[in-house]
Amino acid sequence: MVTIPFSHGLLLAAALFLLGVICVLTRRNIIFMLLGLEIMLNAAGLAFVVAGARWGQPDGQIMFLIVLAMAAAEVSVGLALVLEWYHRMHSLDVDQASRLRG
Amino acid sequence: MNTLFYLAAAVAILATLLVITRAHAVHALLYLIVSLLAAALAFFLLGAPFAAALEVIVYAGAIMVLFVFVVMMLNLGTHSVRGERQWLRPAAWVGPGLLAAVLLAELVYVLGGWSAPATTPAAIGPREVGLALFGPYVLAVELASVMLLAGLVGAYHLARPQKEAEGEA
Repeated sequence: MVTIPFSHGLLLAAALFLLGVICVLTRRNIIFMLLGLEIMLNAAGLAFVVAGARWGQPDGQIMFLIVLAMAAAEVSVGLALVLEWYHRMHSLDVDQASRLRG
Repeated sequence: MNTLFYLAAAVAILATLLVITRAHAVHALLYLIVSLLAAALAFFLLGAPFAAALEVIVYAGAIMVLFVFVVMMLNLGTHSVRGERQWLRPAAWVGPGLLAAVLLAELVYVLGGWSAPATTPAAIGPREVGLALFGPYVLAVELASVMLLAGLVGAYHLARPQKEAEGEA
C-alpha cells in the first residue's frame, strides 16, 4: 500500500480529466471525441477511488462501478450512432452534423 | 511503493497526451489501453484491487474492443489520416489547450496548498465492496441494470437494417 497525499491522487484525476476536455474540444473526428469522453469518465472514476481509499470505505469503488456501467452503456449507444451516421454521411467530421435536420 | 504510483501516474498522463495527438484512430486506441492499464495499476496501489481488475476487464477489455471493432467496420483509409492531420493545426488546439492549461494551473494551485493528512490506506477487497454493493447500494445495482438494458435496446434500435425499418414505418 502506498501513502500518497490525497491531493496528488486528485491531481492525477484532474489532469486526466482536462486532457479529456482538450480532446473533446480540439478534435473534429467523432471517434476521438468519444475517446475524450471515455478519458473523462475514467478520470471521474479515478477520483472516486482515490476518495474511497482516503477514508478507507468501499463506497468509492461502488461509485466507480456505477461509472463503469454508465461508460459501457454510453459507448454502445454512441458507437451505434457513429456507425449509422457514417453510413449516411460517409464522413466522421463532426462539422457535417450541422446539416442534420430532424 | 510511492515511486510506483508516481510512475504509473506519469505513464497514464503521457499515454493520454499521445492519445489526443494521434492522427490514426488505432494508434490512439492502443495508447488509451496503455493509459487505462496504468490507471489500473494506480487503483491497485491505492488499495482497490477489485476496481483495478474491473478497469482491466471492462475498460481496457470490453470498451476498447468495441472501439476497435467500430474502427475496423468503418474501414478508414490513409486519406482520413491525412484529413485528420489537416484538422489538427495549431490554430485549432491552441485556444482550448491554453484554457485547459489555465484550469489545470488553478487546480494545482488549490490542491497543492491544501495539505490533507495522508493516511495509510488499507486494501478494500472484493468482499467489502460486494457486501456494500448488495447491501445499502442495491438500488444503484438495479438502476445500473436498467441503464444497461436501455443501452442495449438503444444500440439495437440504431443498428437495425434501415430498409426493414422504413418498411415497418
